[in-house]
Amino acid sequence: MDEIQSLLHGFAVALSFKNFALMFVGVILGVIIGVLPGLGGANGVAILLPLTFAMAQTPGGTTSAIILLSCIYWGALFGGAITSILFNIPGEPWSVATTFDGYPLGQKGRAGEALTAAFTSSFVGALVAVVVITFLSPIVARFALAFGPPEFFAVYLLTFCAFVGTSKEPVFKTLASMMLGFALASVGSDPVTGTLRLTFGSTHMLAGFDFLIAVIGLFGIGEILLTLEEGLAFKGASAKINFRVVLETWRRLPTYWKTSMRSSAVGCFMGIVPGGATPASFMSYGVARRFSKDGEKFGTGQLEGVVAPETAAHAAGTSALLPMLTLGVPGSPTAAVLLGGLLIWGLQPGPLLFVEQKDFVWGLIASMYLGNIAGLIVVLTCVPLFAAILRIPFSVIAPIIMVVCAIGAYTVHNAIFDVWMMVVFGVTGYVFKKLSYPLAPMVLAIVLGDRAESSFRQAMLVSQGELNVFFSNALVGSMTALSLFLLLWPIVSAAIAWVRGKRSG
Amino acid sequence: MEPFALSFRVGVFLLSCAALYGAAAGPLMAQQSWQPSKTVEFIVPAGTGGGADQMSRAIQGIVAKYKLMKQSMVVINKAGGAGSEGFLDVKNSKGDPHKIIITLSNLFTTPLATNTPFNWRDLTPVQMLALDQFVLWVNADSPYKSAKEYIEAAKKAGPNKFKMAGTGAKQEDQIITAAIEQKTGAKFIYVPFKGGGDVAVQLVGKHADSTVNNPIEAMAHWRGGKLRPLCVFDPKRMPYKTKVTDKMAWGDIPTCKEGGLDVDYLMLRGIFMPADVKPEHVAFYIDLFKKVRATPEWQDLMARGAFNQTALTGKEYADWVAREEARHVALMKAAGFIAK
Repeated sequence: MDEIQSLLHGFAVALSFKNFALMFVGVILGVIIGVLPGLGGANGVAILLPLTFAMAQTPGGTTSAIILLSCIYWGALFGGAITSILFNIPGEPWSVATTFDGYPLGQKGRAGEALTAAFTSSFVGALVAVVVITFLSPIVARFALAFGPPEFFAVYLLTFCAFVGTSKEPVFKTLASMMLGFALASVGSDPVTGTLRLTFGSTHMLAGFDFLIAVIGLFGIGEILLTLEEGLAFKGASAKINFRVVLETWRRLPTYWKTSMRSSAVGCFMGIVPGGATPASFMSYGVARRFSKDGEKFGTGQLEGVVAPETAAHAAGTSALLPMLTLGVPGSPTAAVLLGGLLIWGLQPGPLLFVEQKDFVWGLIASMYLGNIAGLIVVLTCVPLFAAILRIPFSVIAPIIMVVCAIGAYTVHNAIFDVWMMVVFGVTGYVFKKLSYPLAPMVLAIVLGDRAESSFRQAMLVSQGELNVFFSNALVGSMTALSLFLLLWPIVSAAIAWVRGKRSG
Repeated sequence: MEPFALSFRVGVFLLSCAALYGAAAGPLMAQQSWQPSKTVEFIVPAGTGGGADQMSRAIQGIVAKYKLMKQSMVVINKAGGAGSEGFLDVKNSKGDPHKIIITLSNLFTTPLATNTPFNWRDLTPVQMLALDQFVLWVNADSPYKSAKEYIEAAKKAGPNKFKMAGTGAKQEDQIITAAIEQKTGAKFIYVPFKGGGDVAVQLVGKHADSTVNNPIEAMAHWRGGKLRPLCVFDPKRMPYKTKVTDKMAWGDIPTCKEGGLDVDYLMLRGIFMPADVKPEHVAFYIDLFKKVRATPEWQDLMARGAFNQTALTGKEYADWVAREEARHVALMKAAGFIAK
């Protein structure tokens, strides 16, 4: 077993005192970055990149530098869940799906359980992904090469269809919300012709609508407006702030092992492809809702509904580093910045990195194991602390949330226009909730809309307009077929039920 | 100049006054007289992780490491509208000496392709840092050994059969493709992707027939034996002699002209400032980048990316930019890329 030997060597590299300290520093910084809306993992890593520049010049320094940066990344992955559960504000795109069940749990006074479940499943997802990276990297790297534009579009199609097909909301409301999201995603530059569209001559609209602004508004501000309407509560939610909650939740988590395994598989697949952590979390949530025996109760505060997206997001986020290292293709915006870092430090990601930079690669992989353990320790010890935030009266916390949201919205592009957009999205979110339209499909469409569009139009360019390109080989064909099946599933199952009913009746 | 000089020590003040009168000695003296008094914003009109972003963050790192500036420098990405966001920001910051911007070819292509109201003449040229190279790549399993063979095959296959993958729409990669088409009569399907890394992998995965990746974007796959360089779009061969693969160095790649494809293209990596800044502001940054370019880290970066190290300032730089602009207008007009 060459891998085991290399890995042990990697642990020797990663386990110096300095690297270990950097791990904790990175994770704590990352959690803070993940908690603050607007300051995403990509921005956080980008800001710290020049600091690592001098660090990387010392012998063995590149390993320390990547350990620091990747631990910020792990921290941000962990941290994104915290605000989702406590305030219904996803700190990162991949924690949107965590709000569906996490926030109701928090409202019921079970925030501690939800947080524990989120952190633990994040850790499990990451662990599975690191094991995959350790032992399967050569095979898996080749798999990613099979993905051209039609395959990428099929992945996004699968995400959308899985979401619509397994949604409990009325199908047409889901579709309406999703289409609005697509419309918003298309503002800005056209990816294929390069011309501007739907900007109405305004220079503010050039950059399009950033996902973060939409989410901060729709979820954060919208939620506050709803709560205000219900009357100002001066009492905080009662939340247990006992460390025992962690152990109690741990006892229950193994019953969800099937969901965990499925979500890890979805996550690893999406990370390696690389489709990204966001579609992974949505898809995994949809799949869990479909197959869980408590699927009907999803959305009302099921622990399983937190486990599924968090496992997948972290598995995807971690395995996204594999295509980055072996192919130089970043699987997420944060991985793109890390990639830039590697190039600046003089490391050339690609097939030869594993051969020529053994110390670096295996040090990094070992640090993935250790960094995630460090992360888990940091966030779990803080669970009671985080949960206690909910005990602060709404009248105190709401203005703070508003200010943090506004700062977050401003930070995204350093533009005051975005703060106004956040308010507009806030009102939209409120109206949606009042009319019981789901917000999640819109967010999903804003996040993935432009990528799906690019892949579709690239595929159309390549095939010169032939739609059969989506069935041109086994890989893309099976993904497209599965998407259509999931999309039409409600109709199919209704038809089956109808036929059965007729027979028995 | 005087209000600035007043805030410094008397000696500097006198020197600056002298600079007002001595025309030739002017810039030299002024160099000492101005320093940034707050954080300098370094705008990148492109997303995080790309070539311009990497270069600006490397510069930020070098400036911090060698303490080349008393104030700090922050990199801010303003990528919206193919970079318009960043350029408009600098255009609207007239007279602000605490803002600089690094450019890609989108300095020319974006206003032409999108009608966004800016032009390099709205900015103050400071310094050309380097020129980025483009190389014509094919998959190593393909039979083409030279640019000529490849173009002939593309012509023979007929229009819209060969796929050229590139970064962005109506930007440098597509313009080179258009230039090849105009020169040779071959006709490619141009497929735009988000980043250079994606483009390289699409070629390795055989989803495209060729790319015009920058050296650094395709290098790992070249060394891994997956890609083959056919020619470089520089009129001269690259000067780097160190072996990159077992057999070849960057300098061994023939120029496209040698290879029978008479097209050349280099991309500007240059620094601009807002309009109406004072000469001493420009002088400060020219001096800063002179120091940056002298560091070993910068030399490493240049060698790794196989950059063309032409570095111009002042009138020469402005003339170069004007010539390039005219060339982009001609190329884009012929390709039908100009917005109405």
